Amino acid sequence: MSSEKGTPLQSETSTFHAPSEPLAAHSSERTTQNFSVIGKRNLKYDWHAKLTGAAKYTDDLRLPRMIYGRLLRSPHPHARILRIDVSRARAMSGVFAVLTGKDLPIRYGILPSSQDETAMALEKVRYVGEAVAAVAAVDEWTAEEACNAIEVVYEPLQPVMSIDEALDPDSEKIHDWTKHANIQKNVLLEFGDLDEGFAEADRVFEDEYFFEGNTHVPMENHAALANWEPTGKVTVWSSTQTPHYLHRELARVLDLPPSRIRVIAPPVGGGFGGKSEAFSHELVAPVLSRLSGRPVLISLSREEVFYCHRGRHPVRMWIRTGVKSDGTITALDFKSTLDGGAYGSYGIATTYYTGALNTLPYRVPRYRFEGRRVFTNKPPCGPKRGHGTVQPRFAIEAHLDRIAGELGHDPAEMRKGMLVSPFSWTVNHLRVTSCGLPEAIDAVLERSGWREKHGHLPQGKGIGLACSVYLSGAGLPIYWNPMPHSGAQIKIDRGGGVTVYCGTSDIGQDSDSMLAYVVAEELGVDIGDIHLVTGDTSLAPVDLGSYSSRVTFMAGNAARQAASKLRAQLFQVAAARLDVPEARLGAAGGMIYDLEDTERQIPFAQAAQLAEAEFGTLGETGSYTPPKLAGPYKGSGVGPSPAYSFTCAVAEVDVDLETGILSIQKIWVAHDLGRALNPVVCEGQIEGGVYMGWAEAVIEEQVFRKGLHKQPSLLEYKIPTSLDMPDVDTTIIESIDPEGPFGAKEVGQGPLAPVIPAIANAVYDATGIRIDSTPIMADKVLRAIEMRRKQHAAAV
Amino acid sequence: MKELFRLNVNGEDTDVAFEPYKTLLEVLREDLDLTGTKHGCELGECGACTVLLDGRPVMSCLYLAVEAQNKRIETVEGLADRGVPSALQTAFARTGGAQCGYCTPGVLMSATALLRENTHPSRDEIKEALAGNLCRCTGYIKIFDAVELAAVEITGPES
Ligand code: FES
Ligand code: FES
Repeated sequence: MSSEKGTPLQSETSTFHAPSEPLAAHSSERTTQNFSVIGKRNLKYDWHAKLTGAAKYTDDLRLPRMIYGRLLRSPHPHARILRIDVSRARAMSGVFAVLTGKDLPIRYGILPSSQDETAMALEKVRYVGEAVAAVAAVDEWTAEEACNAIEVVYEPLQPVMSIDEALDPDSEKIHDWTKHANIQKNVLLEFGDLDEGFAEADRVFEDEYFFEGNTHVPMENHAALANWEPTGKVTVWSSTQTPHYLHRELARVLDLPPSRIRVIAPPVGGGFGGKSEAFSHELVAPVLSRLSGRPVLISLSREEVFYCHRGRHPVRMWIRTGVKSDGTITALDFKSTLDGGAYGSYGIATTYYTGALNTLPYRVPRYRFEGRRVFTNKPPCGPKRGHGTVQPRFAIEAHLDRIAGELGHDPAEMRKGMLVSPFSWTVNHLRVTSCGLPEAIDAVLERSGWREKHGHLPQGKGIGLACSVYLSGAGLPIYWNPMPHSGAQIKIDRGGGVTVYCGTSDIGQDSDSMLAYVVAEELGVDIGDIHLVTGDTSLAPVDLGSYSSRVTFMAGNAARQAASKLRAQLFQVAAARLDVPEARLGAAGGMIYDLEDTERQIPFAQAAQLAEAEFGTLGETGSYTPPKLAGPYKGSGVGPSPAYSFTCAVAEVDVDLETGILSIQKIWVAHDLGRALNPVVCEGQIEGGVYMGWAEAVIEEQVFRKGLHKQPSLLEYKIPTSLDMPDVDTTIIESIDPEGPFGAKEVGQGPLAPVIPAIANAVYDATGIRIDSTPIMADKVLRAIEMRRKQHAAAV
Repeated sequence: MKELFRLNVNGEDTDVAFEPYKTLLEVLREDLDLTGTKHGCELGECGACTVLLDGRPVMSCLYLAVEAQNKRIETVEGLADRGVPSALQTAFARTGGAQCGYCTPGVLMSATALLRENTHPSRDEIKEALAGNLCRCTGYIKIFDAVELAAVEITGPES
C-alpha cells in the first residue's frame, strides 16, 4: 500500500492569496447593466441546425465509397483467448479487412498511470463486450456476418464480479501485475491529527453506505468515421467529448506522428462523461480504412454502448465523524472502495475524487481519506457527471442528516453554521474563491416551505435537503504538461465577421454558444456575426475537452482574452477616428461608441477596416492556464480547481407505506454558478442535472448476473420518460467569481449531486427509515419498512 | 436486390431504390440522405426515429419502408416552410428545448402531431404525447415549456 501523508494546512483562518498571474482579461470587468449579450436569454448559436435536422452528427456523415466496420465482442466475462481464426471472414465477398488484437498491440489508457488497454483484447478478455476482432465490409450486414464467421476459442476463467470477490486473495487475477488480489490502487491521505479531532468531539458518528453503479446513456450511440488518405494523413470524426485526448491516443496506438492525424468532433448527441476517452472503434476504424483504402464508419449499437460504459463506479463507503454539539466537524475519516470494472480508465482519478471534495462545503479541520479501487470482470467504470464526487456526497449528506437529527438540529440550520467561507483554503489545500452557498440554501428553504414542512408532514410524506460542491474544471491536465488548458484564436474579416477557433467539443452543454456569447460581448457584435470552428484538432487550438465542467471557465477565459486583445486594437483606431479617449469607448450592437455621447459612434466593420489598415490582418490568440494550486502531497492533483460551484437541493417525496413505492413530488434546487452567461442554457443544465440525479437516486442501476449485463438495452435499463419527471424549481445564484469569464463558474455537473441525498433524507423524513444505498427502489424501502415492523413487534 | 419504390416524403413524391427488407429509418437516412431522423436503439425503445405517417407518430426503426408507400411521410426536414421554422421549432429555440439535439427531431414530430390534434394541450397531455421520446439532457422541462409556448403562438392564449 502506498501511503502519502500530506502536510496539514491551516484551514479557514488562513487568508486568501490571489493567484500570482492575474488574467489580463479581468481588467475590463463591467457591471451587469452594461452587458449587451451576457446574462440575456439569447438563442443558442446552433439552434437552427439542431431544430431542423441539419446538424450532422458523426453517424450522419457520408463520404464517397464509405464502407462499414463492426466489432466482434467477447461473450465471456473472463477468459483466455486460445486461438482466433479469421480466414473464413476474410474470404467472404464484400469483406475488405479483418483485424485482431495482435494488429494493434500498443497499450494505452487515458491516464498516464494506467496504460492497461489495447484496441482489442490480446491474450485475455476481461468483460463481456470487450472487442476481440474487427471487420470492414461493404455494408453493416456483411460486416456482421463476417464477425460471426470469425472463430475464437476461449478458455473460460473464473469471473470476479464484486468488490468482495476482488478483495479475496484467492480470486482469479484479472491483471497479472496486481500485488494483492485484484486491488488496482490504494491511496491514503491524512491532514491534521485525527486523534486530537476525535478527542475534541462531543459525539462521534459512524456509518456505511453503498452507491450502486449506473451509466450515462447518451441518446446518440458512439460512432467513428475514419478516412486514411493515400498521403498518409488520417482524419477521424468521432462522437467524442475529448478530441484532444483521442488525438493523442490515436497517435500512440497507431504509432503515427500526431501531425498526420486530425480529429474532428461533430456535434455530440450527449456524453455525460461516457465519451471521454478512446474506445476500440475509434482506434480500429482508421486501420480498417488504411487496409481497405476506403473511409470506414463504425456506429455502435445501443447494446455495445452499455459495454463501453465508463460510467459511475459502484462505491462502498465508510465514514466516521467527530462533531461538536452544534454539529461542527472536528474530524472526518472517510474510506471508499470502488468497483472499477476490468480496466483502469479514469479510475485512479475517480478514486481520489471520492476523497478530494469531502472537505467542502463544510469546515473540516482534520481529514483522513483512504481509497482503493479493485478490478472486476465488468465493463470499465469511469467518469459520469460529477465524477467520483457524487457517491461520497450521498454518504456525507445522509450522514449529516442523521447527525442533525440525533443532535436535535434542523439539518438546514446546522449546515448553515458549518459552511466554509468564501476566499479560504481547506485542510487538503483546496482554494475556495466565490461561494454563494448561503444564498442557495436560503433560496431553497424559502421556496420549498422547508420550515413549515420538515418534520411536520404526515406519515409517508417527507422533505429532505442536501448541499454539494463541484469543480469549474480540473486544475491539472490529465497528462502532465505546462501548456495552457485551453486556447482560442479569433480573426476579424473586413465585413465585420468574427471567426472563433477553439478545440472545444459541444456535447449539448452549449459550449459553442458560450464561445459566441463571450466573444460577442467583448467585441460588441451581434451573435449572428460570430462564426465558430470548434472540435477540430487541425483547425483550432487545443482545448482539453468537455470533462470536469471546465469549458466555460477555461475556454471562456481563453476566448475572452483573444477578444479583448482585438478590442484594444479596434478601440485604438476608433478613438482616433471619433476623437475620444479609448477609456471612454464602449462596444455593443455592432457599434463602437463614446460612452458619454452615444451618438458619437463608428460601426464595428468600419473600425475593423481601419484596424486592418493600421495593424495588418486582424487575428489574435488567447489562452487559459489555471493557477498552480496543487498542494505539496502526492495525489494533490485531484481536487484543485480555479473555482467551485455550490448547490443546495430540497426534495419532497411521498412513500407508499404498503408498497414502498416512492414518488418525488418536487425538487427545489439553487445553484451558484458565478454568473449565468445565458440563463436559458444554465437552467437547462441545472434541470438536466436534477433529472439525472433523481434517476440515479431511485431508478437506475447497472447490475450483472453471472458475468452478464442484466439490462443492456433501453427496455431493461430504465431511464425516465416525460411521464416520470417531477416538477423542478430552479434558482440561479450569481456569486460573480473574480477569475471566471464575466464571473462565470460551472453549471453542467454540480446540480446532480445533492439531489440524491436530498431524496434519501426526504425518505427518512417520510418514514423514519434511512436507506443507506442507491437506488432507493420500492423493494428496498418495503423491506426496510417490514423489518422495522418486525423489530417493533418483537420489542413489544 | 434493390427495387424501385415511390414514397411521398415531406409533400414530395420521390422515386427511390432500396432493398424491400429495409426499415423506413434506414431508407430515410441511407437512401434519401434525410439524416435528420435519428436512431438511439433501432428496437422501438427510444423514439429518436419518430416520423409522421399520415399525421400519426411512428417509430421508423420498426416500420418497413415498403409499408409507407401511399402514405404521407413527414420528417423533421419538412417542418420548416421554405426555410421558415414552424411555430414549434421557434418555441424550442426560445425555451432552449434542445440541448444535444439528438432526441429533438423525434420530439418535434411527436409534438407536431399533438398540436395538430389538440391546440391547447395540458401539461399532462404533453407528457403523455411525448412519453415515447426519451431525452437524456433536458429533464424534459424546457421541452414541455416549448410545446406550451408553441400552442399559444399558434392559436393564441386559451380563452
Ligand atoms: S431508434 Fe429507438 S425507437 Fe427507433
Ligand atoms: S437534448 Fe439531448 S437527448 Fe434530448
